[in-house]
Amino acid sequence: MITFSINGQEYEGQEGWTILDVARWNGIEIPTLCHHGAVEPYGACRLCAVEVDDGRRSRVVISCMYPIKAGIKVQTHSPRVLNVRRWIVQLLLDESPEAPQIKELARSLGVTPSRFQKTGVDFACHLCGLCVRTCQEVVGVQALTFGNRGLRKEITSPFRTASKDCLGCGSCVYVCPTGAMEQLFSRVAG
Amino acid sequence: MQMQIKNFDDLELAKKVGLTELYPDKPKILVGMATCGLAAGAQRVYDLLHKKAQQAHWDGVVEKTGCIGFCYKEPLVDAVFPGNPRITYETVTPEIAESLWMEMAAGKIPENHVMARLDVDDMILDGGPRKFYKGKLTGFLAKTPRYEELDFIKLQRHIAMRNCGFIDPDNLLHYVARGGYFPLYTALTAMSPEEVINAVTTAGLRGRGGGGFPTGVKWASCRKAKGWPKYVLCNADEGDPGAYMDRSLIEGDPHAILEGMLIGAYAIGSNEGYIYVRAEYPLAVKTLQRAILAAREAGLLGENILGSGFSFDIKLNLGGGAFVCGESTALMASIEGKPGEPRAKYVHTVDKGLRNRPSNLNNVETWANVPVIIGKGADWYREIGTEGSKGTKIFSLVGQVKNVGLVEVPMGVTIKDLVMQVGGGVPESREFKAIQIGGPSGGCIPKEHWDLPIDFDSLWEAGAIMGSGGMIVMDNSTCMVDVAKFFLDFLIDESCGKCIPCRLGLKRMREILEEFSTGKGSLADLDELESLSEAVKDGSLCALGGSAPNPVLTTLRYFRKEYEAHILEHRCPAAVCKALITYSINPETCNGCTACAAECPQDAITGEKKQPHTLDPSLCIKCGACFEVCKFGAVAVA
Repeated sequence: MITFSINGQEYEGQEGWTILDVARWNGIEIPTLCHHGAVEPYGACRLCAVEVDDGRRSRVVISCMYPIKAGIKVQTHSPRVLNVRRWIVQLLLDESPEAPQIKELARSLGVTPSRFQKTGVDFACHLCGLCVRTCQEVVGVQALTFGNRGLRKEITSPFRTASKDCLGCGSCVYVCPTGAMEQLFSRVAG
Repeated sequence: MQMQIKNFDDLELAKKVGLTELYPDKPKILVGMATCGLAAGAQRVYDLLHKKAQQAHWDGVVEKTGCIGFCYKEPLVDAVFPGNPRITYETVTPEIAESLWMEMAAGKIPENHVMARLDVDDMILDGGPRKFYKGKLTGFLAKTPRYEELDFIKLQRHIAMRNCGFIDPDNLLHYVARGGYFPLYTALTAMSPEEVINAVTTAGLRGRGGGGFPTGVKWASCRKAKGWPKYVLCNADEGDPGAYMDRSLIEGDPHAILEGMLIGAYAIGSNEGYIYVRAEYPLAVKTLQRAILAAREAGLLGENILGSGFSFDIKLNLGGGAFVCGESTALMASIEGKPGEPRAKYVHTVDKGLRNRPSNLNNVETWANVPVIIGKGADWYREIGTEGSKGTKIFSLVGQVKNVGLVEVPMGVTIKDLVMQVGGGVPESREFKAIQIGGPSGGCIPKEHWDLPIDFDSLWEAGAIMGSGGMIVMDNSTCMVDVAKFFLDFLIDESCGKCIPCRLGLKRMREILEEFSTGKGSLADLDELESLSEAVKDGSLCALGGSAPNPVLTTLRYFRKEYEAHILEHRCPAAVCKALITYSINPETCNGCTACAAECPQDAITGEKKQPHTLDPSLCIKCGACFEVCKFGAVAVA
């Protein structure tokens, strides 16, 4: 067993566990968007950021991928962490101000729309990749993929044609944390 | 038929043959044909000289070579006449080449267009300097400035660039003639892998790709890591705007990189290597292809190298065309055939890198330094540089500076010396304002700090990073808000889009900067920009996003007043941000020459000949053409 501290209190976890695993096991609240127990962690949304002091330096890492190590000191709500988290939610809210799930997330963290918010957009795909990963890792087909890069990055089917591999199982819609896949589904499904 | 180099005797023989080719008993003309030379027209110069020599059945050699650093004086031609110093000719057009040729064909050393003379080739790996002539120089040769005394060269020390501008990069024997592959032989036959790692650690070599991580420590962790096969990788995916050190090294001396990788592979215990080279560098790609083939044919890559039992081969991988592919994990994903996107590095790549195997990635320049450390010894190398940063660093000095080029200086040289002496200062009538070090991930350092010694730790403290070595000099015609916008645009374009802080955060930062440069925005936005910058820095997945706010943060740190002028006074002090400037014509100084009116694309300027002109601001698009063309200083910008 590995012993380390979260917010000043000692916790234990097994070799190979992540900080998020231990936190969830012990009922410590860390928000996530792209995390799901059924698929491998991906590290895209960065909401699960925590601050880790490993004795040499203190830095912000993401708890869904950081493997626990003996003696590390984890802060889940330090000022640096909260700044990262608040900004991520702010950025998401301004992109999708009408999406109920994003609004709820913003409300829980006390984030309100800024003057940069778009108007009337309820499409809330933020490329967390849960649909793509579920399709590949759980369903076992590759009917979904990422296309493009940067600001134009998108979820699409391979070669942007309706995929023959798609079983129509709907797992991607089920797993989507923001409901965006519902709007995308008919375009990518074969 | 390529020579086989299988043991020490072969190596000695190759050196002997190489030396007769490198310094034959007949005249030799060298043309600098790296990309900088080619861009300036070196191909035509080379073709002309080559054709003339052939037609005349000239008893001499016309050869290509790499970039020696004087990019602003390209095309460069060198003449090496036996028993005479090596003479360098600058900005040689085909016409000049023709006149040079006429004299050289007659056995005379031309006296026009001379830049400098080189008396001694120091051949650092070969054990001793080689003087080009005996006795005393007379006539124009004695009056020609010495190469080492040129302001551009004085502070420089070429270690990684030791062969650039001296050898034909496609000729393996030239490389061996200057002591190449002897360090490899030493490592393979006289040193254990641990001893090699120790030497590199003792030498204090730090990664030249940007991070400055101690190379020996990295090698040791990769050697210790469990897993097989292990990979040795070379990062040649240079992408910073204005940086081209790696390209020039590859184009000038590819075998130095191969030899470095061979020594590294032996130390780490790897038999397989990759060079990930930018596909947008066609000449570098070709040069590497030819070098790898030549090394393979000679037996320096493949099985049982130099009879030591050690085997290693290198594959070339062309870049995927994205800046982020220079990030280690994205680079490895790209070699695997996946999209070039980074992943979290909480498990280091020396433990789980390419194909989840232990992988050691170093940059081109790092690899090129390795043979020298083994050949000359760690103590020799340690003498150069500062306490925490040993050796030299190559910079591409670009921007608003007179001498644009590639410079290799010992660590610890100050920014001032680099800009004012090596670079020759900024153009007349302007003033040095700042220097951007380390590319888009680096920072802007202002004139107040130009006494800062350039080494990894000082730059880090100043908020910049060494980065790969791009140095963009900026004078007082540069607006720092505009600079921050430029680098953010670049990074927004190159962001892979995987993580939210980088994809959306940079976009928002750019929007805030746009408000500043159009006179909107408030001081509260400045705080917001800072807090968002910190969030992007802390929250991003990889180093691209993590360092993306640096240009914003350093310009804010050193040029806050300039930001405030934009916000509070709606004024751009450097007169760059179009929304904040107006052009007008001063009737007192305007003599009605009509030059501005002729130049104006909007016909916004009217007036009679020899009468003061007027500018209609409602038509003006603020292109600045009138300002540029007015010889009497009558066009004002405010």
